[in-house]
Amino acid sequence: MLMGQILSLAGMFEGKHVTWMPSYGPEMRGGTANCTVVVSDEEVASPVTSQAEVIVAMNIPSLLKFEKAVTPGGYLFINQSVVDREPTRIDINIVKVPCNDIADALGNLKVANMVMLGAVVEKTKVVSLDSIFMALEKKLTGGKASLIEVNKEAIKKGMEAAK
Amino acid sequence: MAERVLVKGTEAIGEAAIRAGCRLFFGYPITPQNELPEYMSKRMPEVGGTFLQTESEVATINMVYGAACTGTRVMTSTSSPGFSLMQEGISYMACAQLPAVLVNVVRGGPGLGDIQPSQGDYWQATKGGGHGDYKLIVLAPSTVQEAVDLTVLAFDLADKYRTPVVIIADGVIGQMMEPVTFPEFRNLNTLPKHDDWALTGANGREKHIVVSFDIDPHVLEKMNLEIVEKLRKIEANEKRWEEYKLEDAEIVITAFGTVGRIAKSVVEQARKEGIKAGLFRPITLWPFPYERLEEISKGKKLILDVEMNMGQMLEDVKLAVKDHARIEFYGRMGGVVPTPDEIFEALKKFLNV
Repeated sequence: MLMGQILSLAGMFEGKHVTWMPSYGPEMRGGTANCTVVVSDEEVASPVTSQAEVIVAMNIPSLLKFEKAVTPGGYLFINQSVVDREPTRIDINIVKVPCNDIADALGNLKVANMVMLGAVVEKTKVVSLDSIFMALEKKLTGGKASLIEVNKEAIKKGMEAAK
Repeated sequence: MAERVLVKGTEAIGEAAIRAGCRLFFGYPITPQNELPEYMSKRMPEVGGTFLQTESEVATINMVYGAACTGTRVMTSTSSPGFSLMQEGISYMACAQLPAVLVNVVRGGPGLGDIQPSQGDYWQATKGGGHGDYKLIVLAPSTVQEAVDLTVLAFDLADKYRTPVVIIADGVIGQMMEPVTFPEFRNLNTLPKHDDWALTGANGREKHIVVSFDIDPHVLEKMNLEIVEKLRKIEANEKRWEEYKLEDAEIVITAFGTVGRIAKSVVEQARKEGIKAGLFRPITLWPFPYERLEEISKGKKLILDVEMNMGQMLEDVKLAVKDHARIEFYGRMGGVVPTPDEIFEALKKFLNV
């Protein structure tokens, strides 16, 4: 969810049209919590979609549910630390990132999502790293401001991992 | 220029209400609109306003009723089952001619239904909802920015016509985040004071009476006629809609709110495949823009009405289009949001292509 918000915010800073749509149903009470982000040069007509150019699966249930939704030629990012099975699609780009392991090495397991965000930005170039950092600074304020550095570090590590 | 911020629909409506001068909010929790009262509970004390969580929707609407009697800008928000519970109070407010803004973030129904996005309360909102002869102004935003703009408009219209105004949204508009620009804060001193009718303390002036009742049928009929006259004025002046790529369109999609924006994707998709489609999106569901839709429908190959219900606005589309064009309907229920692809498939099926 936060990954999606940072991405949306970064897109907004670049003057793009963005939408962020969360799941808010039973998924949020234990399940495949997810969000849909649209970053576009044009007005966003539909904030929901059955197909996405980029899918990020942080766990096995999400992989099972959303693998089929990647558009052919699109990207499927998999959190390798948690997902111990192989995707079945061969018409898409698979990027495996050991998010939890990298986050753990940074001393904060909670930044696993930012590791993944770094990987997504590196591969897709959907927004610039500068915009992501700007969004992070906008989002993490007050007591959370002290977490900006470790989040930035996580994003950079994620970019490296995806290179 | 004011700053663009990324906000959730529900919170955007809350902030817009405060900027429009609303300082009273009563509400009772229900998904998917809880972020709105939550936002108000934090924000109202910051601006010297009052947030009150009631014990039920029935209590909520009667507190709104009471607050509105003082001529003060007041708001509540709820979701479908809660809106049903409020209908008695809304009918009373319509009769007493009281301004208020009511937000319904519609969810799947009927009954307890579910908590997913739906447009199943179109009839309830536009055809009355409660008992007796009345209508409410009903505004249907399709983006978060529009939700902001229509919230401000809702307060102005409520004051102008002394009527409750409904903002009808759904889980998509309520839950999604989009960049918006908020308007400036209204100066509270410039808001309508309603000196001529509001209950503000009769010390030193003749007393005002606000009621939704008269035992004498002839007196009540006079009250009815006054309301009807007002409603006719609203019909004449307040119809709003959006037209999208209709100039050369042969196919017109009619849709409101969330589906109204999804349908834009369908228009684009259709045009890529050589089907000249356009969109007619009512913004005021009541008063419904019948005349304009009739005009547009003349000579069209197909009018495709798309909604997240069994075909509720469809009845108004039929009243508008009459026999000028063929009308078809595609809808999803139960809280299922149609994708652009499936709407386009439905369109192609109706066109036999």
